[in-house]
Amino acid sequence: MGEQLINQVVWPVIYILCIVLPLVLAVAMFVYWERKVLGWMHVRMGPNKIGPFGLLQAFADVVKLLVKEVILPTRANRFLYYLAPMIALVPALAAWAVVPFSGKMVLSNANAGVLYLLAMTSMGVYGIIIAGWASNSRYALLGAMRSAAQVISYELAMGLCLVCVLVLAGSLNLSEIVNAQAGSKGIFDWFWLPLLPVFVIYFISGVAETNRAPFDMAEGESEIVAGFHVEYSGSAFALFFLAEYANMILLSFLAAVLFMGGWLSPFPASWGFIGQGGFIWLFIKAFLLSFMFLWFRATFPRYRYDQIMRLGWKVFIPIAIAWVFVAGCLKYWGLVSIGTGA
Amino acid sequence: MTPQLLQLICFYAFAFVTVAAALSVITLKNSVHAVLALVLTFFSAASLWLLLEAEFLALALVVVYVGAVMVLFLFVVMMLDIDQEKLREGFVKFLPVGLLVAAVMLGEMLGLIGVRAMQARVMGADPAVAAGMPNIEWLGHALYTQFLLPFEIAALILTVGIVAAVALTLRERRGARYESASQQVKVDPRKRVRIVKMAAVRPDEPTAPQEPQP
Repeated sequence: MGEQLINQVVWPVIYILCIVLPLVLAVAMFVYWERKVLGWMHVRMGPNKIGPFGLLQAFADVVKLLVKEVILPTRANRFLYYLAPMIALVPALAAWAVVPFSGKMVLSNANAGVLYLLAMTSMGVYGIIIAGWASNSRYALLGAMRSAAQVISYELAMGLCLVCVLVLAGSLNLSEIVNAQAGSKGIFDWFWLPLLPVFVIYFISGVAETNRAPFDMAEGESEIVAGFHVEYSGSAFALFFLAEYANMILLSFLAAVLFMGGWLSPFPASWGFIGQGGFIWLFIKAFLLSFMFLWFRATFPRYRYDQIMRLGWKVFIPIAIAWVFVAGCLKYWGLVSIGTGA
Repeated sequence: MTPQLLQLICFYAFAFVTVAAALSVITLKNSVHAVLALVLTFFSAASLWLLLEAEFLALALVVVYVGAVMVLFLFVVMMLDIDQEKLREGFVKFLPVGLLVAAVMLGEMLGLIGVRAMQARVMGADPAVAAGMPNIEWLGHALYTQFLLPFEIAALILTVGIVAAVALTLRERRGARYESASQQVKVDPRKRVRIVKMAAVRPDEPTAPQEPQP
């Protein structure tokens, strides 16, 4: 009984903390990095007052948000209003359970990993919709409606991109998907090469699904103030913030795992030390991909609503469907070498 | 505590949540709350299926129903302006009809269960376990080999459904203005903005004649 309890309860909780705590810390540092990068791109300094190079700015913000009052708007639905930030955060954290950090380091090596990810990411929109409705505010409701339409549209394109990866890898298990990308040619064995259009679509859909600029219709500061979280303050707002950034980092990790070879080294295995795979490679790839989120934000103006819908339904989905057939042909004629893992 | 006992406890917990959520779907006054209760019902039903080791079915239920269908449902219900008092007015009037329908349905279901129970067969072992593969892999093999024709027919029916839904709701609106994306992309900036070169001017030198102050 005692040993079973330790194996079934205590160790998993410790593993979960080993993922969630660094993730929360990474979110804090990522917020700082975003403000710094945006500052440089705007030819400003960015945060530089608190701590060396402003490094402690994110922690100061956290303290500020935690000590502020959470205001309940008049005639808002009290229960749903407080529930919404938690509903937004839970799927964003739960999805991390199946992300493989290296060959051995994965919390749950589930066979249905990709399906589980789809299920979790599709539930994140509930937090936004409930927040928008429960706030009893017109701006918030408009933001929620926009967000719901947008997430549903881009989820389809994203699902079709995943189908391409599944067809090539022949597995729903994320570790096996990474192993399928192993080979003697290093970076040229990964799935981004045969699935290049799909990789681009996947990443842009990811940007759209996390409601980030240039797809931040749900927030749209200049149109609907701040969208679904306009009424939230203090720690409730902090939870939404945490969920959004955790989702961004998750999307970067997933793009790295699905298309960029996960923990595999970009160099051929015959190159000795730097040819070996390890979680450091995954972190480098995820960092570069998450940098793209910031780069997009500083570069592109916001899309109009009809443009977003047109891009999702008339451009991305047809290309993704076509590439499912291409991926099927590549697999059928054996044009892509599928590794089996070390 | 044996694993079987834990599984039994989990089953009863999920089953209780499922039934309670399903009941609150029809008893809650606020329609948005009712939709959220329906979401909870689907979710706990998915958990029950996970307990039965039907991973694919459970995750597909969450992806399709919780993730997409119910979001659109919620979307519609939030936009509706429902007067709760008006909805309640007809309750007594329609109660006899409702009870009659419920009684007939109950009779039919009991009859069906009775007929099935008379010729009950013992379920065989889990074919996925027998074949030594994960549930999803086995389901994929079965769907695309043994049951390919029914699967394709179902896909065809769904496609027809999509086309029919689009055809029914698509209507030409007179006076609506659309923008052509291809024309927007082809816009030449030189036709829209004229850039004029001019020498720099210092404000303190009165080069231009001063406008008379009004």
